[in-house]
Amino acid sequence: MSKFQQKKGKESPKVNTASLPDIIFMLLFFFMVTTVLRDSELKLDVNTPEATELTKLEKKSLVNYIYVGKPLPKYQSTYGSSPKMQLGDKFASVADIPLFLEKHKIKVPEGQRPGITTSLRIDGDVTMGIIQDIKTELRKSGQLKLNYSASPRAE
Amino acid sequence: MLKKGNSLRQSNEINAGSMADIAFLLLIFFLVTTTIAEDKGILVKLPPWSEDEPDITKLNKRNVYSVLVNKSNELLVRGEPMSTKDLRENTKEFIMNPLKREDLAEKPTKAIISLKNDRGTNYKTYLEVYNELKAAYREIWDAEGQKRHGKNYEFLTRDQKRDLRKDVPLIISEAEPTSFGE
Repeated sequence: MSKFQQKKGKESPKVNTASLPDIIFMLLFFFMVTTVLRDSELKLDVNTPEATELTKLEKKSLVNYIYVGKPLPKYQSTYGSSPKMQLGDKFASVADIPLFLEKHKIKVPEGQRPGITTSLRIDGDVTMGIIQDIKTELRKSGQLKLNYSASPRAE
Repeated sequence: MLKKGNSLRQSNEINAGSMADIAFLLLIFFLVTTTIAEDKGILVKLPPWSEDEPDITKLNKRNVYSVLVNKSNELLVRGEPMSTKDLRENTKEFIMNPLKREDLAEKPTKAIISLKNDRGTNYKTYLEVYNELKAAYREIWDAEGQKRHGKNYEFLTRDQKRDLRKDVPLIISEAEPTSFGE
């Protein structure tokens, strides 16, 4: 019995802080892993349509994005309200696509280049004219793998 | 006196050995549960660029399933208006031709979907139509997969998928759009 009684007389114990760095590192790694570095600020209003036949894009580094949609209200005074295209973080025209693709390509190791996919994030209300021009330009540049970005819809 | 000293010594030590384990557990938990904002979409392979358009008029008419989407987002399928709801079933019937009808595809390998839109067509409608066409093929593949291997398409092995796709290839040809209504 006396053994148990001894323990009762506890004073506030010192908490061992040896593992505190570990926890901090853990948090650091956690945020490093989960944070998506948004390399471009979206200046357009893009609501992708819904679809059911979706494929996940696996390798982020092999994907480049083309955005199409109406400029956000704060840019409308400068760029108007008709649908515009955004490459990287700036408004661009269809003629800028080859250079944009080339810039992305040199960052990808040579062996993986055939897997490069262009993801088109296009607002549902855009008309096909501008999209057709983009597609034609992509075909001319030899970028044939496309992804029409869409959000899942329950069937 | 002796008793007190004893209790002091004991309270000084908390076993922190398991702290690391807890930390790792948390780390792994978050790693597994966190979904990074992912990009999903309909994968498409474009044909290589060539100056002249492929001529689908040379093909046997029964093998071509032409889908036109006009600037008011209406569908014209093989000359008949249709709603997007019926497109999937109709496409499936065209490809597989279960009743061996004279006006539908000879066999799945010869079936060609020809999709044509207008420059004024809404992207949303276009994608919906594309989605339906792809869904038709996916459903056929699923049915075939069930028939041959008792599994849906996505669970088949790579070789089985390739064989299946060889028998029922997905051919969607996109013509240059007309330029009304832009």
